[in-house]
Amino acid sequence: MAETTQDRRKERLDRGIKVRTDSVYAISHWQEMTYMLAPRLVFILGLLALPLILSFFPYWQRVISIVCIYALLAVGFDFLANHVGLVSLGGGFYVGVGAYMAALLNLKFGLPPVVTVPIATFAGGVFCTLLFLPCLPLRGVYFAIVSLMFPLLAGRVIEALDIFGGTDGLLGVESFGNPWVERYLLIGSVLVAVFVLRRLLIEDVGLVFRGVKDNDQAVKASAINITVYKALGVYFASTLGCLGGACLTHIYMWAGLSQFALDYSIIPIAATVVGGGGTLIGSVLGCLILVPISEMLRDFGTLRIAVYALILTAFIVYKSEGLMNYGARKYEQFERWVRI
Amino acid sequence: MEIVIYGIINSITLTLMALGFSLVYGVSRLPNFAHGALYVLTGYLAWLLLNRVGLYYPLAIIGALALTGIIGAAMYYFVLVRIRGMPISEIIASYAIGLAILEGLRWGGLKGGTFTLPPFIEGSTQLFGVSVDYQRLIVVAAGLLLIGGLWLFVSKTKLGLALKGIAQDERAALTLGIDSDRMAVVSMALGSVLAGIAALVLFPLGSIVVEAGYQVLIMAVAVCIVGGLGSWNGAILASFLIGFAQILTVSFIATHFQVVVALVAIVVTLISRPSGLFGRQKELEERV
Repeated sequence: MAETTQDRRKERLDRGIKVRTDSVYAISHWQEMTYMLAPRLVFILGLLALPLILSFFPYWQRVISIVCIYALLAVGFDFLANHVGLVSLGGGFYVGVGAYMAALLNLKFGLPPVVTVPIATFAGGVFCTLLFLPCLPLRGVYFAIVSLMFPLLAGRVIEALDIFGGTDGLLGVESFGNPWVERYLLIGSVLVAVFVLRRLLIEDVGLVFRGVKDNDQAVKASAINITVYKALGVYFASTLGCLGGACLTHIYMWAGLSQFALDYSIIPIAATVVGGGGTLIGSVLGCLILVPISEMLRDFGTLRIAVYALILTAFIVYKSEGLMNYGARKYEQFERWVRI
Repeated sequence: MEIVIYGIINSITLTLMALGFSLVYGVSRLPNFAHGALYVLTGYLAWLLLNRVGLYYPLAIIGALALTGIIGAAMYYFVLVRIRGMPISEIIASYAIGLAILEGLRWGGLKGGTFTLPPFIEGSTQLFGVSVDYQRLIVVAAGLLLIGGLWLFVSKTKLGLALKGIAQDERAALTLGIDSDRMAVVSMALGSVLAGIAALVLFPLGSIVVEAGYQVLIMAVAVCIVGGLGSWNGAILASFLIGFAQILTVSFIATHFQVVVALVAIVVTLISRPSGLFGRQKELEERV
């Protein structure tokens, strides 16, 4: 009995346990509680335990910090693209601003990393938001193009004016001292960022963000200033990027033009697409997959950019929902074929 | 006088770089961010055919152009067609393909040593007391020929009219039996060939480097945005504006600022006149 796919379709239904955990019945039984908490705990505890597990492989411990920096950028990108509707290709700009700001504070004023990182994070966020402010009325493709220009422009300006050390960059930035501080600071930031943004999205503000993304004219018609909300979204994303940049500069003890590089723009995007857009956690997952791959390919130089450009293309064309959305669907729903 | 002549040459260069991008966007509303990659690829292919395969220069040029056209069409046919209508995916995917081509080339072929294409005609001449080499004159000639040729192609041939139809009103064109996807493939192939022609006349002026890919992409995007995406007159006018602005910056300020001019032009245009110099009202809605 050969049944063609035209006569049937796949029906997806929420699992009973999923429906129960959505409401107060979540606390009715340990099974429900486990079902609800297990994925969250796996994510949180797994991320926290990662440096300990990898303590036998010192090289890979450093990779964790890099993964987290990219994860911060990716979470910011995901938030901005899938919840506010601004596709920012300028991740490198945030990193560069954070990095230079932290390095300058450290070198010129002799402030320790404990002070420079928070200042660079928040002041950097404000700085980026102010620079992006004139471009915020733009939508879609146009915003993407302009944001792509920002890191390129910043690099050129620094090169042309020969400020901040010009092409040599700023050398001799103080390091964190203790590597465990560095790792757990970054891991903690990623967890906090994901938690805060996810909370934010289910608040009223999140609803407005959604509205700005889906139909900004309607939001405007409700007498809400969409530019304010877009600026807020950019502020969150750029703060995360600046935090990553500030940490990066203290890890490598150096700030330079390469921090405006393409890597910081393309990997977070690839990670978000691979991990699953809109989930925030998916982009962290994507970084956990892509950054180690890129580290393994380090010997091949620029081939790694080519490799994840190809991974990115493959995912965007053939599996555009991403791993996280796919996983969540399998976890929460069952599928069956029904006759039409 | 020097500023005028080099300004014109620079402007035509920009037009050449932007024509392919503008054509593809105009016809299929597809921002082809792999434009720069195709540009470098053609140069490298021509170099391979010329030096490794040992073809005659004209044959190598034709071969490289044909290959690039096929690659462009294949890129649309196998990948981009699946994500038509999702602008963000289109940008990311075409940009990713471009990156893969460029960085793959950097890894595989274009590293160490210099790769140069010989100029078509050696030597230089005096033009109003300014010395200009023949290759630059060829660039100007090629630019003018292409602009004229394209105009003839779109307004006189059936295929060109079909392309124009799709560009003006896709639905109406569909009802008249013009296949939108096939036209998009044609436009991609044509756009790639245009990028290739630009590469082949421009690369003999310098050497073939990967960075040129990014440069060309930025310039093409800049010109098209300032001129209004999809508008050819706008693109040509914008390349003259940016071209002269660049030459003026180089001669009065510093060479470093050449690229900054283009970027500033984009930002200023998008902020003050979002639909570009020649953009139409319809596009304004999409942007702001």
